[in-house]
Amino acid sequence: MTDLKSTRDAYGEVLIELGKDNEDIVVLDADLAVSTQTSKFAEKFPERFFDVGCAEQNLIGTAAGLAAGGKIPFASTYAIFATGRAWEQIRSVIAHDRLNVKIVASHAGLTNSPDGASHQSLEDIALMRVIPNMTVIVPADAIEAKKAINAVVEYYGPVYIRLNRVKTPVIFDHNYNFSIYKAVTLTEGEDLGIIATGSMVANALQAADLLKKREITARVINMHTIKPIDKEIILRAARETGAIVTVEEHSINGGLGSAVAEILTEEMPVPMRRVGVKDRFGQSGRYEELLKEYGLNAGHIAKVAEDLFNKKDGG
Amino acid sequence: MKKKTIKDLEEMATRIRQHVITMIGKAGSGHPGGSLSCVDVVTTLYFYKMQHNPEDPNWEDRDRFVLCKGHAAPTLYAVLAESGYFPVEELTRLRTGGSMLQGHPDKNRTPGIEVSSGSLGQGLSVANGMAIAAKLNHKGYRIYALIGDGECDEGQIWEAAMAASHYKLDNITAIIDRNGLQIDGPTEKIMSLEPLADKWRAFGWEVMEIDGHHIDEIISALDRAEKIKGRPTVIIAHIIKGKGISFMEWKAEFHGKAPNKEELEHALIELDK
Repeated sequence: MTDLKSTRDAYGEVLIELGKDNEDIVVLDADLAVSTQTSKFAEKFPERFFDVGCAEQNLIGTAAGLAAGGKIPFASTYAIFATGRAWEQIRSVIAHDRLNVKIVASHAGLTNSPDGASHQSLEDIALMRVIPNMTVIVPADAIEAKKAINAVVEYYGPVYIRLNRVKTPVIFDHNYNFSIYKAVTLTEGEDLGIIATGSMVANALQAADLLKKREITARVINMHTIKPIDKEIILRAARETGAIVTVEEHSINGGLGSAVAEILTEEMPVPMRRVGVKDRFGQSGRYEELLKEYGLNAGHIAKVAEDLFNKKDGG
Repeated sequence: MKKKTIKDLEEMATRIRQHVITMIGKAGSGHPGGSLSCVDVVTTLYFYKMQHNPEDPNWEDRDRFVLCKGHAAPTLYAVLAESGYFPVEELTRLRTGGSMLQGHPDKNRTPGIEVSSGSLGQGLSVANGMAIAAKLNHKGYRIYALIGDGECDEGQIWEAAMAASHYKLDNITAIIDRNGLQIDGPTEKIMSLEPLADKWRAFGWEVMEIDGHHIDEIISALDRAEKIKGRPTVIIAHIIKGKGISFMEWKAEFHGKAPNKEELEHALIELDK
């Protein structure tokens, strides 16, 4: 059976490892430390942990000042509050001044399923992607989350990392090689490309299995970094398969699907479909139920891909 | 830097006012009211109080100045130029294409700017982060944050005020430019701030109130703030918007309006007296 682990749990663990080696790492939270898992760092290194209370704008501003003072701040809260409540603080100070702040936000997508629309985040990728100088990373599993967080400590500049509340399948092993600039081809296939990000990578792989049974081979690509996006791998997939499906646990407006569409329309128009949340708010429910309701389960991804494949060949 | 006498500082403040009004007049846009208002405070900070080195703007041990009310950029630019961060001639290029002197402070373009600002309410949070970093690094430098009074309408100011006293950031001196006017009119008519001193006191700050145009009062408040331990200090500087130019004083309309050619000439004649 596949191991299950949430990316936020990975974050809590890796922060402690990093904090041991690097005195410059400081962590901030806005009254959600137990949920985001920064409480683990707080227990170990209380002198380098700062809870600002439920005050996201001050969270981001304080992180900016710490970075200006030579520290490497990790600022965490729920994705919607980090990117929505404090968007202009991120834009006008952190990104504008290229400050070395790592915004690592959890409970993204529908993964905070019981809390409903107010606490879910289907817009954060779009909000962060539009800001100059910002790097946007969405790890697919707990291993990739750890590798990505290690990688961004080595990278100087503002980064947004999107994490999940729920346990999701572990896809990679410890030998996995992560580079911010390089997306990863997970399955070879010639009939169409499925470009997925974050929690949806596992579902895309399941969809590829379903498609195989119908004799359609899908090339599944893990687009862990939405910005800067790996344009080469997108164009190669479009050229070699002739059709692209994107999959994200995010609005289809402004996220991965939009980013890929922007590249394809300008450089290599091929038939394309975006799987994601179709301009709707979230709601309370069991996570699996919500995935089904919003068309994010493997069965629906496979259906969209099959329809597109038939159109592509049927002309 | 050699310490200046009060007379030296007053002369420098007049020179800064001349720069400010000339720059804004030439640029044809800007914020003369809120720039002139804080000249005495910013001049005293840069030419009396702060440890800084124009030869090495990133000197680790320098005191940090955060201009929260970024629309007073011309005052900061004039002070930086007179300090030697860049040639005074640059001041004529305020708000022009490709200039290092943007409409609001831009850390990426201007030597001596600690953090970009302009969008109100954010600077005190940044100052908090700098103050925490100083403590973690066991450094003795201080953080000075100049906040507009209208800016205190922003919720983030109070988030930051709460946090600064919670974290006992006694290495912060905030100064409020209490000129009583914001763009739409008098602060007490637009959004009441009073009792402002009580509000800051209730948030756990040491509060001083001074006449923000008397250099000796500014000096003694800044000196005293350094000795307060265990909590941050705010100096509410009672200030006249447009100070130094009779037809701009107390005028909300000069918050964001440049003087025309005639007004500029009048202003410079007044400052010359």
